[in-house]
Amino acid sequence: MSEFGLLIEYHYCTGCLACEVACQQEHNHPASRTGIKVTEYVMETPTGLSIDYVPFPTALCDLCAARTQRGEQPSCVKHCQANCMRYGRVDELAKEMEKKPRMVLFKPR
Amino acid sequence: MKAEDNITEFKTTAWSAGPGCHGGCGQKLYVQDGKLIRVEGDESNPWSQGRSCPRVLALTQYMYHHDRITTPLKRSGARGEGKFTPISWDEAFEICEKKLKEIREAHGAESVIFCQGTGRDVGGPISFLAYSYGSPNWCQLGLSGHSCYTPRLAAMKATLGDFCVMDASQFLEQRYDSPEYTVPKVIMVWAQNPPPTCPDGFFGHWVVDCMKRGSEIISVEPRHTWMSTRAKHHLQIRPGTDAALALGMLHVIINENLYDQEFVRKWTFGFDDLTERVQQYSPSTVAEITWAPKDTIIEAARYFARAKPAAIHWGVPVDMTPNSPTVAQAIAQLWSITGNIDVPGGNVIARPSHGVTTYPYTTEELVELYGQELIAKLNAKRIGADKYPMVKGFRGWAQPDMAIDQISSGKPYPIKAVWIQTANILGGQAARMKLHYEALRKLDFVAVVDLFHNPTTMALADVVLPAATFAEKDSFRSWWAPLAVIQKAVQVGECKSDWEINFEMAKRLNSGVGKKFSSVRDLINQRLKVANVTFQEMINRGSWAMPPDGPSKPYRRHERGLLRADGKPGFNTSTGKVELWSKTYEAWGLDPLPYYTEPVQGPVSTPELYRKYPLIMIAGTRSSLFFHSEHRMIPWLRDKLRHPFVEVHPDTAKELGIYDGEWVYIENDHGKVKRKAKLSLTVHPKMINTMHGWWMPEQVGSEPNLFGVWQYQINQLIPGPQDSVSGFGGGQYKTTLVKLTKIEQGESEYV
Repeated sequence: MSEFGLLIEYHYCTGCLACEVACQQEHNHPASRTGIKVTEYVMETPTGLSIDYVPFPTALCDLCAARTQRGEQPSCVKHCQANCMRYGRVDELAKEMEKKPRMVLFKPR
Repeated sequence: MKAEDNITEFKTTAWSAGPGCHGGCGQKLYVQDGKLIRVEGDESNPWSQGRSCPRVLALTQYMYHHDRITTPLKRSGARGEGKFTPISWDEAFEICEKKLKEIREAHGAESVIFCQGTGRDVGGPISFLAYSYGSPNWCQLGLSGHSCYTPRLAAMKATLGDFCVMDASQFLEQRYDSPEYTVPKVIMVWAQNPPPTCPDGFFGHWVVDCMKRGSEIISVEPRHTWMSTRAKHHLQIRPGTDAALALGMLHVIINENLYDQEFVRKWTFGFDDLTERVQQYSPSTVAEITWAPKDTIIEAARYFARAKPAAIHWGVPVDMTPNSPTVAQAIAQLWSITGNIDVPGGNVIARPSHGVTTYPYTTEELVELYGQELIAKLNAKRIGADKYPMVKGFRGWAQPDMAIDQISSGKPYPIKAVWIQTANILGGQAARMKLHYEALRKLDFVAVVDLFHNPTTMALADVVLPAATFAEKDSFRSWWAPLAVIQKAVQVGECKSDWEINFEMAKRLNSGVGKKFSSVRDLINQRLKVANVTFQEMINRGSWAMPPDGPSKPYRRHERGLLRADGKPGFNTSTGKVELWSKTYEAWGLDPLPYYTEPVQGPVSTPELYRKYPLIMIAGTRSSLFFHSEHRMIPWLRDKLRHPFVEVHPDTAKELGIYDGEWVYIENDHGKVKRKAKLSLTVHPKMINTMHGWWMPEQVGSEPNLFGVWQYQINQLIPGPQDSVSGFGGGQYKTTLVKLTKIEQGESEYV
């Protein structure tokens, strides 16, 4: 089991989908498959409308094993235009998560 | 260039074909056996800092797509029949040379219009070709009122003497960490949701970078967007009423003494006149016009004026308001009278880095490149220059609405041919699209330079010349900083760059060209001379260079005497000041002060039409997946957004009996266009929101279908001409009235 995960500060995810295509290019996935998938949430709240995007690592996510072995960031993290994704050890990421709201930590493997 | 394991890395700059955009991102291209295998963001490039958009990450699918045009083509059937025969470059150049020379001989060079699309790398080579040929008619044909940045640029040049852009530290090598930089306390994002767009000379996510560093947002936006939902104040205005809002905010800031008194006293002209003018625009009047609540207008104005520094970032809808140059003038006054001009974290003066010109932005740059005599001579025949002093006095565009009318009527002189370069006029920018189709089909000769067949190549082209992506060409860029170069990493088929194509054509059409430049590389080096650097040196240093101290580097250049030719402190205007009362506008026969006019159609100006068509359509909303009419054939991109949709408020949909996901027509007197209804709370109940640029590459390309363009091209519904007395601005892309109707079963083959 991996000790590594993805911390996503979804407050800043703009839904640009760079992560999805970065993943598809990296793994040469066909258009119908991707290791990360962004979902949009639009909702009325007492303080107004909220619009949020959250990237979700699918069953195809291998945390870019080949890249991270070379010391590089996973392709989605590297290319994220909002710089709102981090790759690291889950214990360290969990500590990071204590500092701010509107984050999610995934441990795909 | 770095080689390892048979894989070579090229560090370059993305601009134009490929991602398609206004560009500037640093990318690393990995090449194996002459083929691009992967794209990766370049961390060492200060523009994008390692980031990439979905379109550039899909570059391999774009470049090696089976539909890519890779040889020159000659039409072998009737226009629109879709029959083309591959020919050699020599034959293609010869056909074009012969035709263009014949037309010039018989009718004069002005009877050929040289057309481009959006502001990309092509701007340099196409103006070069037009002027080498001798035609004054360089144009974004179809784009009503040139309503894309030109109106804002003209307004800034006239009233401030220079262009300004929100300071996201983009002129500084260390970016946000530069000691002289301060992040804006407040950013007023006017008419844009920056992340999915590609603003002019600006990376949309820089606004997000600033938000993370503490910037608060004021969002001026008819829709709810990612940005507006994160804003301190959201001014949800009626489309096209931006001038009223800007004037109302000026009213608050001036009357409550929230402006920068020292700056106004020292550096502005006409403040008293402006004070008098804004009295007509009280917050309650403005609230009534714009539909934004009075209190929000007042609070947002105070919040903006009290923040130091504050900046405004604006979008293309400003250019699509009635009389846009006056709207841009008013918005620029907001950052000016609050003392936010050319200060860290404000709106900084933007000049091409190192003084290099790639894509001429001002009349001065055109004169510098081509000489006073030629520019004056061309102005005498340029379409629209005699009617609109602003069109004559700023830059070198032919007026597009008049151009298409002239193509139809042949008056005052006939147009015989068009050269269209990487612009899908019919599937993209053309308002009154059917008129463009009918008029352009009758021309004697149409050459189209592009990468894929599309409705424009299919309906019009006699010759198609295959263009290169940024990965396949040498070029350069100075918009605004850094100075950057684009280097060729691979060759695809027989494709050539816009510079290669236009340099070869220009040599054939003008004997002086070959004497002045020995090659494209030589031309680039000559243009780079002012920066004291060569193309190869730029490659060697990683493809970019930030501006040195001097006129193209912030800050406070008006205090340091860096803006004016005479070297004196001040702004580059006749008074040396920011002209709130514009002497240039007066000379151009325009109101020297800003004012509000209602959109030509809408609930106020055309109540009867509004009863018939009760929805205001915002056309041209952006997605990060597609750039204008491009990328619909790229699997990684198209699969994420298969169908063109229209956002409809659930209450409006309920009234009309429309379900989520149902196909509907958007309709007005100009026609009807298909969309899939997306019920969404993000849109105002009296408005609908939809993307432009839709055609279906997977459908039959030949006539009459033309890739389904008649069913999906939304700009068929946009009327013309432009809603602007200056000739610039006022394309009605955001203010057109429509209705929605359900599509009955069996009504359409392609639903």
